[in-house]
Amino acid sequence: MADVIEVGAAREDASPPAGGKSRRGVTQPGNRATPYLFLAPYLLLFLTFGLLPILFGLWLSVHQWDLQLPNRPFVGLDNYQDLFDSESAIYGDWWSSVRATAIFTVFSVPLLVVIPLGLALLLNRSFPGRTFFRAVYFAPYVLGVAVIGLLWRFLLDANLGLVNRLLGAVGLPADTPWVTDVPWAWVSLVGVTVWWTSGFNAVIYLAGLQDISPELYEAARVDGANAWDRFRNVTLPGLRPVMLFVLTTTILASANVFGQSFLITQGAPGEETRTVVWRIVDEGLRDNDAGRAAAMSIVFALALTVISLVNFRFFRYRED
Amino acid sequence: MIQNELSRRRLLGLGVGLGAAASLTLAGCGGGSATTSGGAAGNGGKEYTGPKVDLKLWNGFTGGDGDIFKKLVQQFNTEHQNIAVAVTTYQWEDYYSKLPGAVSSGNGPDIAVMHMDQLATFAARGVINELDDVAKTLELNEGDFAPTVWKGGLYNDKRYGIPLDMHPLGFYYNKAVMQKAGLDPEKPPTTKDDFTAALAELKKAGVPGFWVSPFQFTGGMTFYSLLHQWGGTLFDGEVQKATFNSDPAVEACTFLVDMIKQGYSPANVGQDADYLALKAGKNAFNFNGIWQINDIAKDPNAQIGVAELPQLGTQKAAWANSHNFTIVKQRGADNNKISGAKVFINWLSEHSLDWAKGGQIPARKEVRESADFKAIPNVATLAPELDYAAFPPAAPGLGEVILTFYNAFNEAALNKKSPKQALDDGVAKANKQLEDNRKKYGN
Repeated sequence: MADVIEVGAAREDASPPAGGKSRRGVTQPGNRATPYLFLAPYLLLFLTFGLLPILFGLWLSVHQWDLQLPNRPFVGLDNYQDLFDSESAIYGDWWSSVRATAIFTVFSVPLLVVIPLGLALLLNRSFPGRTFFRAVYFAPYVLGVAVIGLLWRFLLDANLGLVNRLLGAVGLPADTPWVTDVPWAWVSLVGVTVWWTSGFNAVIYLAGLQDISPELYEAARVDGANAWDRFRNVTLPGLRPVMLFVLTTTILASANVFGQSFLITQGAPGEETRTVVWRIVDEGLRDNDAGRAAAMSIVFALALTVISLVNFRFFRYRED
Repeated sequence: MIQNELSRRRLLGLGVGLGAAASLTLAGCGGGSATTSGGAAGNGGKEYTGPKVDLKLWNGFTGGDGDIFKKLVQQFNTEHQNIAVAVTTYQWEDYYSKLPGAVSSGNGPDIAVMHMDQLATFAARGVINELDDVAKTLELNEGDFAPTVWKGGLYNDKRYGIPLDMHPLGFYYNKAVMQKAGLDPEKPPTTKDDFTAALAELKKAGVPGFWVSPFQFTGGMTFYSLLHQWGGTLFDGEVQKATFNSDPAVEACTFLVDMIKQGYSPANVGQDADYLALKAGKNAFNFNGIWQINDIAKDPNAQIGVAELPQLGTQKAAWANSHNFTIVKQRGADNNKISGAKVFINWLSEHSLDWAKGGQIPARKEVRESADFKAIPNVATLAPELDYAAFPPAAPGLGEVILTFYNAFNEAALNKKSPKQALDDGVAKANKQLEDNRKKYGN
């Protein structure tokens, strides 16, 4: 967090608004509300679409809540207890979805942090057709999950798909169950996601790279730093705030995976690739248990909050 | 639930359909004693003379019959100056998750088309109205329908759905592939011996003849059919306990899984791959929904035949479901709207013969037995299946339990567990779900 703020501050310093200096600290009586008025539009949105739903979710999670059933009894922490009670009907499904989400996140995040960085470094050099390639790598990202999901489901079909046919044509095994068995299903889901979203992270990195002053590279070069040294000592530190952003949003996005497994593997084999968000949707909207779905959401959100905090801590520590 | 996943079948490109109407040749001329309880407004759909009402109707007919449905609605609107029906179509999967939210926020439809096994859930949850008076006006009774379909519309002895159509699983076979393997393309197998002998011949010709899909569409529904053919059931009579790990069920499951071991099916068949392979001539046999008749008709060169499911077990049986009309409860019920909706349902029932011609099995027996219906190719071929069709049982909240059944088959068909183990595990989970449902719905 500190990093982000500093970068923002640095940018402001570079181009101070006209008469900026004197404004700070001047608080005339009656103007105390000013900052809050500026905050108000966002605050209103946050309250309406952020805080209130969260509080309502907490309220739901301690009830057996069905949109239509007239009585919605208070059940205390039962909905939470069910998630940790191996005798409950939901226990197996819940933890198998947690496991699926964890596997997907652990394997997709490193790739989605590193590969786009490599792409961005390549696309940041000047070469003929650079704009074309930038567009090409970003292109999959503009497709919706329904499009890429159906597309890859058919491409990856074990018996009819193009992927196995091509593998067979070059003498590799042609019967890999890409979407119906693990670990192949994970390879497919992670691979498709990397293909689909790398372009987005690459664009963020690219912006970060262009923010690093060329003078720093020049200075490093004068000091005799080779390409690796320049990458390690100039590029990486310069990208740190961007990396924090990329890492955090990628972890959150990966943990929220739903469409890919819903469409490509359809949870198979069994329910092994069913993810947490999918489980929450089913629980709340298909099985009409909004209370239990809310309890799941809150446990899941808490876990992600902890992970994000650790993430921020880690980057701050590195800075020190 | 069946319908939930039914949607998944994305009947969309494949021509879903089905929706036939309860076809009644004689219509609202009798009964007409409007009861005055609950949502029993109007005179049971006989006529509506009040001020103009706008009605919203939701369905999941994303296939060719969606157009047929819309044409019928247009005709209805032209003939009724004081009722205007507007149709909205969703995929079934979205449909059932959208409906409860829409209803509770006051944006729901007035009329909703629903699968038979959803009725109990939505009735128990107070989403739909009783329709006993409509049935009375239409002079519908059990003798006109397959008994299961008729009873499926009841919940706590009250009627909530008026059946439109029935859609069973059928047997699709590729004549060209059969010919290539030296089989008579006009004689699809009808017994277990014929069936396995044909698969052996196909295997000799290098064709894995019957692809076993691990997914609900269509492997799960195939297993559902065979389980009943072997004499098993999914649940006990009161739907208190799951029974799909009985010996017949395990045997039926083993029979299907062995197809893979014997080389009659490849392993890891993907969603839709079984049916696409049939059309592409990569396999010969596929059990699939009657809705695919619309799809195969699009390509006359494909040479796909349609027959009743062969009898592989000790008795005949085929998975089937039924679409029903329901009237949705609104906040601040408008009796004019309810009366108008009943008139619409009544009218569509009268016109279901036209509709049946578009490719569905009418719910009404007398239309099913009419010469006009019997002249419709393929659709009429599957109509006899209704005598032994295995409809999903009706109990509130059963949809998720049936998904557990399909998931158990998925694990067996993908060789993650033995058939016995997969079904035992599935039953253990299903029983917990049933118990949760009992607490929730108090049945």
